Amino acid sequence: MSATPEELKQRIEAGIPGARAEVSGDGHHFNAVVSAPAFEGLSRIAQHRLVYDVFGGEVGGRIHALSIQTRPE
Amino acid sequence: MTDETTNPLRDEISKAISENPVLLFMKGTPEQPACGFSARTVAILQSLGRPFAAVDVLPDPRIRQELSAVSNWPTIPQLFVDGELVGGCDIVTEMYQSGELQQALGADAGQPEQAAEEPPVAEAPPLSIENRL
Repeated sequence: MSATPEELKQRIEAGIPGARAEVSGDGHHFNAVVSAPAFEGLSRIAQHRLVYDVFGGEVGGRIHALSIQTRPE
Repeated sequence: MTDETTNPLRDEISKAISENPVLLFMKGTPEQPACGFSARTVAILQSLGRPFAAVDVLPDPRIRQELSAVSNWPTIPQLFVDGELVGGCDIVTEMYQSGELQQALGADAGQPEQAAEEPPVAEAPPLSIENRL
């Protein structure tokens, strides 16, 4: 079953404390704009890893591509 | 099962990362990118006029698998500068727009500004890790 933007949004917000996510996508390619207090003080790499970690091995597989912009907040 | 004791492909990848000051793992080649994200990242690097080495991950799926294990990063492309993962297409784009990428490449790659006048890519020999197995 293909993923939906709503599913990704809910999983990001559940997986990262205090996160707010806006996700768009077509079921394969997604774009997520995520803000979270947990990003404060982290490098971009580390911020994006927190988001990727929510989905583990699904990125590149079931979730073909996940484009991420992070905002500390 | 993975063999933890000998992993020549992973060693090749680590070696390529440490030996190339600016290294892009991508789908396809700089001349013929096979994915929009790789294409955009190549275009940004070429616009900065800095030579970079590139590895095509497509010929063997194990390259991507081992690279992600080394870098702890799930997606392609992946840009490394001075042995450190800078990021994928999103981060490279953001850093380019903010000017941070120019700084990272200019300062960390250890070359004077005249390098910007040289043609991009031409300096970098193509890497083909899959052929060295």
